[in-house]
This record gives sequence, C-alpha cells and structure tokens, in this order.
Amino acid sequence: MDVTRRQFFKMCAGGVGGSSAVALGFAPADALAEVRPFKLARSTETRNTCPYCSVSCGLIMHSLGDRAKNAESSIFHIEGDPDHPVNRGTLCPKGAGLVDFIHSPSRLKYPEYRAPGSREWKRISWDEAFTRVARLMKDDRDKNFVATNDAGATVNRWLTTGFLAASASSNESGYITHKTIRSTGLLAFDNQARV
Amino acid sequence: MTNHWVDIKNANVIIVMGGNAAEAHPCGFKWVTEAKAHNKATFIVVDPRFTRSASVADLYAPLRTGTDIAFLGGVINYLLSSDKIQHDYVKAYTNAPFIVAAGYGFDDGLFSGYDAAGRKYDKASWAYEMGLDGYARVDETLQHPRCVLQLLKTHYSRYTPEMVSAICGTPKETFLKVCEAIATTSVPNRTLTFMYALGWTQHSVGSQMIRTAAMVQLLLGNMGMAGGGMNALRGHSNIQGLTDLGLLSDLLPGYLTMPREQETDYQGYIDKRALKPLRPGQMSYWQNYAKFHVSLMKAWFGDAATRENNWCYDWLPKLDKVYDVLQVFELMHQGKLNGYFCQGFNPLAAFPHKAKIGAALAKLKYLVVIDPLATETSCFWENYGDLNDVNPATIQTEVIRLPSTCFAEENGSLTNSGRWLQWHYKGAEPPGEAKPDADIIAGIFLKLRELYQKEGGVFPDPILNLTWNYRIPRSPSAQELAMEYNGRAIADLPDPKDPTKVLVQKGQQLDGFAQLRDDGTTACGCWIYSGAWTEKGNMMARRDNSDPSGLGNTLGWAFAWPANRRILYNRASCDPSGKPWDPKRRLIGWDGSKWSGVDVPDFKPDVPPGDAMDPFIMLPEGVGRLFALDKMAEGPFPEHYEPFETPIDTNLLHPKVISNPAARVFKGDLEAFGKGTAFPYAATTYRLTEHFHFWTKHTGLAAIMQPEQFVEISEELAREKGIKVGDKVKVSSPRGFIKAVAVVTRRIRPLQVGGKTVHHVGIPLHWGFTGVARRGYLANILTPFVGDANTQTPEFKSFLVNIEKIS
Amino acid sequence: MALQSLDIIRRSATTTPSPGQRKTPEVAKLIDVTKCIGCKACQVACMEWNDTRDRIGTNHGVLDNPVDLTADSWTVMRFAEVVTERGLEWLIRKDGCMHCADPGCLKACPAPGAVVQYASGIVDFHEENCIGCGYCITGCPFNIPRLSPKDSKVYKCTLCSDRVVAGVEPACAKTCPTGAIVFGTKEDMLRHAEERIGELKERGFARAGLYDPKGVGGTHVMYVLHHADKPELYSGLPKDPAIGPAVELWKGAAKPLAALGLALVGAGAFFHYVTKGPNEVSGEIEKEFDDEK
Repeated sequence: MDVTRRQFFKMCAGGVGGSSAVALGFAPADALAEVRPFKLARSTETRNTCPYCSVSCGLIMHSLGDRAKNAESSIFHIEGDPDHPVNRGTLCPKGAGLVDFIHSPSRLKYPEYRAPGSREWKRISWDEAFTRVARLMKDDRDKNFVATNDAGATVNRWLTTGFLAASASSNESGYITHKTIRSTGLLAFDNQARV
Repeated sequence: MTNHWVDIKNANVIIVMGGNAAEAHPCGFKWVTEAKAHNKATFIVVDPRFTRSASVADLYAPLRTGTDIAFLGGVINYLLSSDKIQHDYVKAYTNAPFIVAAGYGFDDGLFSGYDAAGRKYDKASWAYEMGLDGYARVDETLQHPRCVLQLLKTHYSRYTPEMVSAICGTPKETFLKVCEAIATTSVPNRTLTFMYALGWTQHSVGSQMIRTAAMVQLLLGNMGMAGGGMNALRGHSNIQGLTDLGLLSDLLPGYLTMPREQETDYQGYIDKRALKPLRPGQMSYWQNYAKFHVSLMKAWFGDAATRENNWCYDWLPKLDKVYDVLQVFELMHQGKLNGYFCQGFNPLAAFPHKAKIGAALAKLKYLVVIDPLATETSCFWENYGDLNDVNPATIQTEVIRLPSTCFAEENGSLTNSGRWLQWHYKGAEPPGEAKPDADIIAGIFLKLRELYQKEGGVFPDPILNLTWNYRIPRSPSAQELAMEYNGRAIADLPDPKDPTKVLVQKGQQLDGFAQLRDDGTTACGCWIYSGAWTEKGNMMARRDNSDPSGLGNTLGWAFAWPANRRILYNRASCDPSGKPWDPKRRLIGWDGSKWSGVDVPDFKPDVPPGDAMDPFIMLPEGVGRLFALDKMAEGPFPEHYEPFETPIDTNLLHPKVISNPAARVFKGDLEAFGKGTAFPYAATTYRLTEHFHFWTKHTGLAAIMQPEQFVEISEELAREKGIKVGDKVKVSSPRGFIKAVAVVTRRIRPLQVGGKTVHHVGIPLHWGFTGVARRGYLANILTPFVGDANTQTPEFKSFLVNIEKIS
Repeated sequence: MALQSLDIIRRSATTTPSPGQRKTPEVAKLIDVTKCIGCKACQVACMEWNDTRDRIGTNHGVLDNPVDLTADSWTVMRFAEVVTERGLEWLIRKDGCMHCADPGCLKACPAPGAVVQYASGIVDFHEENCIGCGYCITGCPFNIPRLSPKDSKVYKCTLCSDRVVAGVEPACAKTCPTGAIVFGTKEDMLRHAEERIGELKERGFARAGLYDPKGVGGTHVMYVLHHADKPELYSGLPKDPAIGPAVELWKGAAKPLAALGLALVGAGAFFHYVTKGPNEVSGEIEKEFDDEK
C-alpha cells in the first residue's frame, strides 16, 4: 500500500476524530437517529393532468391540510399517477417541477391596468377590468363591424379586434371562449396549433 | 395521432423525424423504449442534430434542415423501385388505381395550373377522371398511365439516393440503411410508426412533409394498424382539444368549417361539405354534416336558431380570407387592428420576427392579456435594454392584464395527442384574485351583453341570443360546459328503427354523435366530443386501466374521440375479406353480424366484409390518398422546395423554382429574407427537454436545470470562427440579433450539400426578458415571417444566420 | 410491509455491534445508461422531493447543469460525447451516491452516527450528527458527498430512505420517463440487469455489462453500461473503485494504533473541534480538496 504523507495525515485525523469521540463517551445510543419522516403521510391527494405537452401525464397533487374548513390548501408536492396508462407514474423534468410553476413568483394575482404611454401597472378591480374591456370591445365593434361586403352579401364580421386562445386551458374554457368570441363576429381568431 | 401513445409499443420500426420525442415528450417516448425492449423494434432518428432521441437510437441519419420531402420522396422511390410495398393494401385501400384527369401535369418544379402573379394554382386539373356514372374511374390493374400509382412512380423517380444525398447531405449509405429498415414493414405482420412534431410543421412546406410520410405509410400498409399510423406529437397539453373545438379563424367545433363570403346560401354551404361518395356503395361520413352543424347552432343560439332563419346562418361571420396569425399581425403592423386578446398566449415570443410583432402590438389601441404568468407580451411596452428596446412613453396601447388560474386550480378536461379527453380536478385556490378562464370570458361577455342591452348597437342579435343557461352566469362550471359540448335532446328522439319508441328523452344527454339530428331536436357544441358526458355521467373521468388484449387499448380509461375509438381507420387493419392482416394485432374483426374487438370499429358496424364499402369513411372515395387532389396548396404530390432562406440559393431538382411557389409572402418580408452570402449558416430553433416554451423560465426547478441561453454549433464551425466552448457569441439574421453562450458539440456536424459544406446553428428558444431564469433574447428575433402554404405555420425550423464571437 | 428495514447494520465511528438478528431484503437502484435520454427528470424529482433548490447558475458551454453535485443537487446528469467503433455516442450518466456495500464515507467518518448503513444497504447521512469535517468526502471513491456552505454539513443522495421505508420507490426511479432507473430488491435488479445486458448484446453491444464494483463490496446503485469494459468513458466512472488506502489503513491495521498511540492527539483534536467549532475545520479540509483538484 502506497500511502502519501497527505493521506497519512488524513488517516490520522480521521482516526483521531472517531476514536476520541468514542473514548470521550459518545455512546452510539446518543447518536441514534431516524429516517426523515415520510412527508406525504397525511396529505390530501388530487388527481390532475400535466399542463405542458400533449402526452397529458396523470398527476397526483399533494396538498397541505385535509380540506377541513379552517385549512387552506396549498400544493406542496406533485408526482406521477402510477395508474395512468401512458405515464405509469413517471414525469419528465418539466412535469416533475410543476410545483414551482404553481408557486412561481411570476404568477399574476390581481387585474392590472397600463394606461397609454405609462411606465407602470396599476392594480384595478375585476369589475373595473370587465367594464373597461367590454367598453373597448363595444366601441370598436360598433364602429368597425362589417354587415355586408362590397357585393352586398351579408358577412356580419368584425375584423378590427383579434383573439388568441390558450391551448393549455381546458376544453371547457376553450368551448366557452369559442362560443362567446364567435358571437361577436370576430374572425381574427387563432390558437397555438401553429406554434 | 391516428394511434395513441401506448400503441407505439406495438411498432417494429419507429422513426422520429421532424420531432424530438425524447426531449419534447419524454413520458410518451417511454413507449419507444418499450418497443425496443419488448418488441425488438428498430429505432431510427432523422434530424439535423444528434438529439437526445438519437442518443438511444439504433440508427441516426443527419439531414439538412428543411429537406425532409427530398428524404421521404427518396424513400417512396426506393419502395416503388425495389417493390417493397404492401400490394394488397395499396390496391384495395389507397387511391393508387384511381385515374387522374388528363389535364394534370408536373414540369420543372411546377404543377399544372400555376398563376405566377398570384403565387397560387388553379387546381382544376388536380382531379380524378370521372365516369359517366358520376363516380371516379379506376384501373384495378394499376397499369393505366394516368393512374395514381404510375404518376407516383414517375414523380418520385427523380428522387434517387444520389439526389437525396446531394440535397439532404445525408450520406448515401446511411440513407439506404434507413430505406431498408422502412421496407421491412411492407409485409402485413410488421408495422412502422412515424412520430413527428413541429420539426415538420414549421416549414414553408411543412404540411407536405407530413403528407410524404403518410404516403409512405399507405404504401407500406401501416395506416389503421396497431403500431402504425401517423403520429403527430402535439405541443401544448390541450392544443389537440383547442383544434378539435375549432378555435381557429376558419373552423367551427369538430372540424366543421366557417362559411366563405361567397357562400351566401345556407343549403349551398351544407351541400358543399356533405360530400357525395366518389365510388359506388361507399359511405361518406361527412354526408351527416348538416346534423353536426344544426346541432351546434342549437347549442349556441337555442330557440333563436330555427329552420326558418337557416339555423342562424347569417349570424356566423363570413370569411373573405383566413385570418391566421401571420395575416393578423401583418394587418396589425399596417395599423388595421385596434384590439387584441392574448389568452394564455405569448405572441411576442411565439410568432416570427419579434421586431415586427412588437411594432404591431404598439399600434393597437388596446391589448387584453389573460394569463397565469407575467408574459413578455403583457410587458411588450417595457424597456429591457437590448432584450426589448422600446420607449414606453411612445407606446399608446392600453394594456389590461387579467390573472387566470393554472391547471391545479380548476376542474376540466384536456385532450392529449392520442385524442383522449381526460378529466382533472381542482386541488387548491388560485393566488390572489386569479379567476378561471371561463369566469373571465363570462365576466367580459356579460358586461358586453349588458352594454348592448342598455345602449343597443350594431347587430347585437348573436350576442343577445347566445345561450347562457348556467346556474351561476358569471361562473359557468366545467361540468355544465362539458355537458353542453356533449349534446342533449331538445325533444324526444324517436328510434329510427321503430318510430313508436323513444330513443332519447327530451332533456337527456346524448350517447354519441350518431344520435344527432338536422331538424333542430338536438343540441351539441362539438359533435366529435359527443359521448364525453352522457346520461351515464362523465366518461372523461373513467379510470379503468385494464388492457385485456395487451395491445394497450384501454377502452375504460377516459374518453377518446371519436366514439371512444383508440386507433383511427382500424377497419384497414383487416384485409378486404375481414381477416386481420396480422392476427397478433387484431383490433377488430367481423363476428358474423357486426364488427367488434378490442377497439371501437371505425366503420359502419353492420356492413360485412366483401362489401363495396372501403375503410376510409371520412373520405368520399373511401381509400387513402396518395394523390391529394386539390386539397393542398402547392400540389397533389409533395415536391421538395427549399426553405425561403436557403444556404445553397438554388434547388437541385429545379433551379428555376427554388422555394414553395404557392406560399404567401407579404410585401416587405421578401426583402427581409437573408441570402447565403451574408448569412451563410442554416439555423433552426427548437425546444430542450428541460424547458417548455417560454413558460418554464418562470419556474425555479426548470431554471436551475437549464439556466442560461445558449446556441449549439459544430466543432468545425467553431474552429472556423475562432469560437471556444463557453464563449459568448452573437447570432444575427436580417431581422436582428441574439447573444448567447456557445455550446460546441460533435452532435452537430457539417453536411456536404451539392458540393458545398453547410453548417447548422442550433437555437433553443426558451429564454426571454421575464421569469426567474437568466434573462435572454427571444429567439424569434431571428426568424422569418413566412409560413406553410396550407396552414401558415411559421418557418421556424429553417432560416439563415451569421455567427460571430463577442470579444 | 415496507421493503426496507430500518435496522442499522453499521454506524460511523461506532464500535458497539449493530443488531443482526433480522434478515430483510437488500434493495438496489439499477440505472440503465443505455435507456437514459438525459432528460434530468431525476434531477428535478430529487430536488423537488428533498425540498432543496440549487442556485440558478450559468451555462458553461455544455448541457450539464448544475455542472456538478452540490449540497442541493444530490444527483446530476453527466453528458459525454464519445466516438467509438459505432460512431458518435452520447453517453449520459446519472451521477450520485452509489450506496456501497462497503462505504468509504462511513468508514472515514469520525462523527458517531453521522453516517449509517441500513440492512437494506442504503447508506444515509444523518446531518444532525455531522461535524462538517469532510472526511466522508475524502473517503468516497466516487467523489459524491458535498459540504454545504450554508450549514457546514455534508449532504448526498439518501436513496430516498424516507420513501423506501414507507414502501415507495425513490423519487428519481419513479419519475424516470424511459424506465432507465428501476428500483427493487438487489436480487431482482441483478436479474433485470442480466435481461437488459442480453438484449444489448443481441443489438451488437458485445461489451455490455453490469457495473457493481467489487472494490467497494458491490453497490446498491448499479449501472447497465453499453461499454462495461470502459466505464471511464461515462464521464470518468472509476474502473476499479476502492476505498482510499488511508481510510482502509485506519479502519484496518491502524485501528489499534489509533486507539492506543493517538489517544492524546485525539483528545487534542476533539478539544479543537469543541472550542473552535466545525466550520473552521471544514474550511481547512475544503481548502485541501481545492488544492488537490
């Protein structure tokens, strides 16, 4: 065995620490420790689907509290649903990190308004937001709605406002968005199918 | 996907091309691993880059970005010239025997009917020769010089292995090895699957790339088979759902189509879409169009939709052209739009030519952003130095930003790539005052309707009469909406077989789209989703994962459209006599009185084998199309055209027609296209496995895994440009520049293309000026403003750049 | 019943015998490098489960990130582009604690009960007993444990002992999209590895094999490698790892020496530890490691 000076020093130091500690009465019983407790023991489980790609892996979200009235749920851990036929409990790096999306510092919390030329956001209420958006829509629609084209045919379209719909939102959101947006006569309508 | 994720395990050969499943869809990719481990499958990757998918492939073939049609056209040529096609399938289930009209032709890069000034085709000659009986003519011997098979042979005879190698830069031996592996699946008991994604769609010839592969699958007899099919790996979790629900300029739910302004007559609108069979005895399922359309109008407009007013036909806006996003941003850039909504969408990052997108947004009067996260689009007016160099004071756009919930905070369903609608449940309250998307839409709509009620205004009828029977009008529940798109009976529905019996009682949920009527007695918001929430309850929430056949068709898990069918065109998995081509993959079979099996038959269930009815019932000819008729913008057969920015400045097949002659190019954008002289390197943008678009840079864990923007180049290019691993580089195109760290790798190699060395620059796209990851440049600063001629999907995958070291 | 027994079979710096009556199965994690796509799901799942978050770093011109193990990153993917007779191969290895049957860290550790080995084979650090001396780092033949600058304690993969004791597989094994990481009894994992190696040989990887190095008594984290004859291709996986001679010497021949001859020095050293605290000691040790690099 080829032992360098440095290794020998380490050996002595290591030996010293251990032997001396025992010698000075660090009985093993005092050093007993347990495995860290299993953090999901009493969490609430909710089934969900990963919102990223179209594999749509099954998720189990673990939240704080047992849904008692006085407990506010907060999701603290997510892992794959082992019963799901596609992902069988697995998740990719994006899915495995979903908890950081839910609690991202970039999450928006309140309706906000930026006035023309302004350098800042201003917090507004939902009622103010809905009222303002509806007013802007109506003014634009009433002014620019095309009832008939040059040939005199009924076309009933509104081309000066457009809408991009979210492809990570649910079918139910998508359905009501389509129904509502089409009722205004809007045609500049698209989603992420292309990008 | 014609098939679904788990079905990939049944394949014998798997090709990932135009996608990178291991990185973009890792948990779906597991089924590739399963096929390799348990089905002894051969796994092939064809890609400009040696990706993480390639790292576990049996065979990797490099190709120059944007040349996939040349590659796959070469495969077609190989299969035809070495007689490696599944003859019985091709003859019975494709349009190979159909005779094409006499006027059709192809010469020196152009098909018959080209209008150079309009950059479009008159497609009249791209048609079948019709017989006097009103049906298309066929030649069962496949010998007629104008039958599709013969035209196909002629068209692709130019795509020799040498030509493929010259265009694609793929070594000829490697290309031939891929061909040989593909050809092994031309026998009935072996299947090939193609897994593709935006690596095919995001080209100016993207749709035709996909078509070429689909034609390969038809020639091999792989459509409708377990372990076969054309499998589009969609991007977002619910992009399949949003497409199914028709949230596109020219679509209505369930792939019904919006009327054009020329279609002033309701019956004409219906008749054009209720396609008459092109062969005797064929079922053409779109003949039911009126049932789907009328039921949709009843779902939206209720009692206001009557036979007398053509079910509110006039209330649907009429298209003068398609308002795809490139068109819309072009108009916005011209100052022709006033308002824009971005619901969970970040166009400043997601659409090409960021400078143009930003300038366009600045011309709006108002912008409404609905999102869970602070996107770049919502902050487009904020100055971030080089990353977003704007002056807020000069931007007069009013911006309203509304916080929405994320997946964890709502109930609802998402439709995956395999067409499964899966229900999910709310697990916590959203932060602050964030609301579900449906509540936000309801909030805006109810205010708008209130204004029209109070003030009147232009054509308020559809807004005032839109059905809104939700228990809490400002908060429609996911259940109510799902029940609405499933459909219900408005009156008692008599049983067509015995009119004295009632099939479905008034008010009940429908079992499926077969119960829809065109007389206004049914309402259904999306016919292909009918069956998702029936009288039995929420079919999307089902969780029986049993797989009795072992083929992975878990019919008791969730709900797949259409009609809970897992593999589309599955009638084609049996020969014309009804016997499975491969007994080991028996999906359905004829049991003496009907079709049945481990999947829901994609066929009229009581039509016996041997009948004239062919398997592809959504097409009026009943067979798969090798010849696409007039359905594609640039020709009935896919032809290789170079990207609009090509590093070789020519097309080796026809130098006079370099790029897609039918692609729409806006004035001003053509001038902004780069030439190989100033921008010599082929560039492509892509996703990394650690990130999801512009979204996960807001999440800590993903930011830790891949914190900072980089680009990838070969060792050879690095040497040429004096760039070392980890150096900062500047990548520029005619539209702008980005700065990033250089990853120098052997996984990208220079390719020999027509005697010229072509280098690639790989550009991951995940960074931007908001989020928790290190700030970076939006990659679309570089990309060109041109799209596929059929879908207008932007050409993000092939363009030109220059690269230099930042000293 | 949980797969893992909580029975401790070995404890650092402890001379009293461990209970040895019960026999419970040994567990193992098998990492099939030939199936790994380097997606880093294991890295994320590890961090998420263990509630650590490494810093948001920079790009160093490679895909590896974080670039090395830290007190917050208990596992990292190491990417190697290698040209073999098969052409370019991208060998991606998940690095982390191997849970050696004969753990160098445990043998080197002077703090009683800071490193323990369960009957299942899992080698766990109990940080509350850690004095931050860093000897475990020297003792590890795989260069795995990392000293935290935050609390001067050493951290590494626990093989999710908290999950395994509850009957659940480790977070990395559960999440792995391609099934490159599997978990079970060591016996089952050896059988699984054998099947995989057979399949790889059929596919032309004549040198495919298992990495379960005998120099450390075998490991409870094993690899299936395409090139088992050249483990060093996989970002320097040691071919014949063994516990450092210094540690072996101390635990073997030098032990009586330490007990007898070094008792006084030991008392001095311990005195130094209790008066000056662990930070300074660990700082010195860390500097030594830096010097060594």
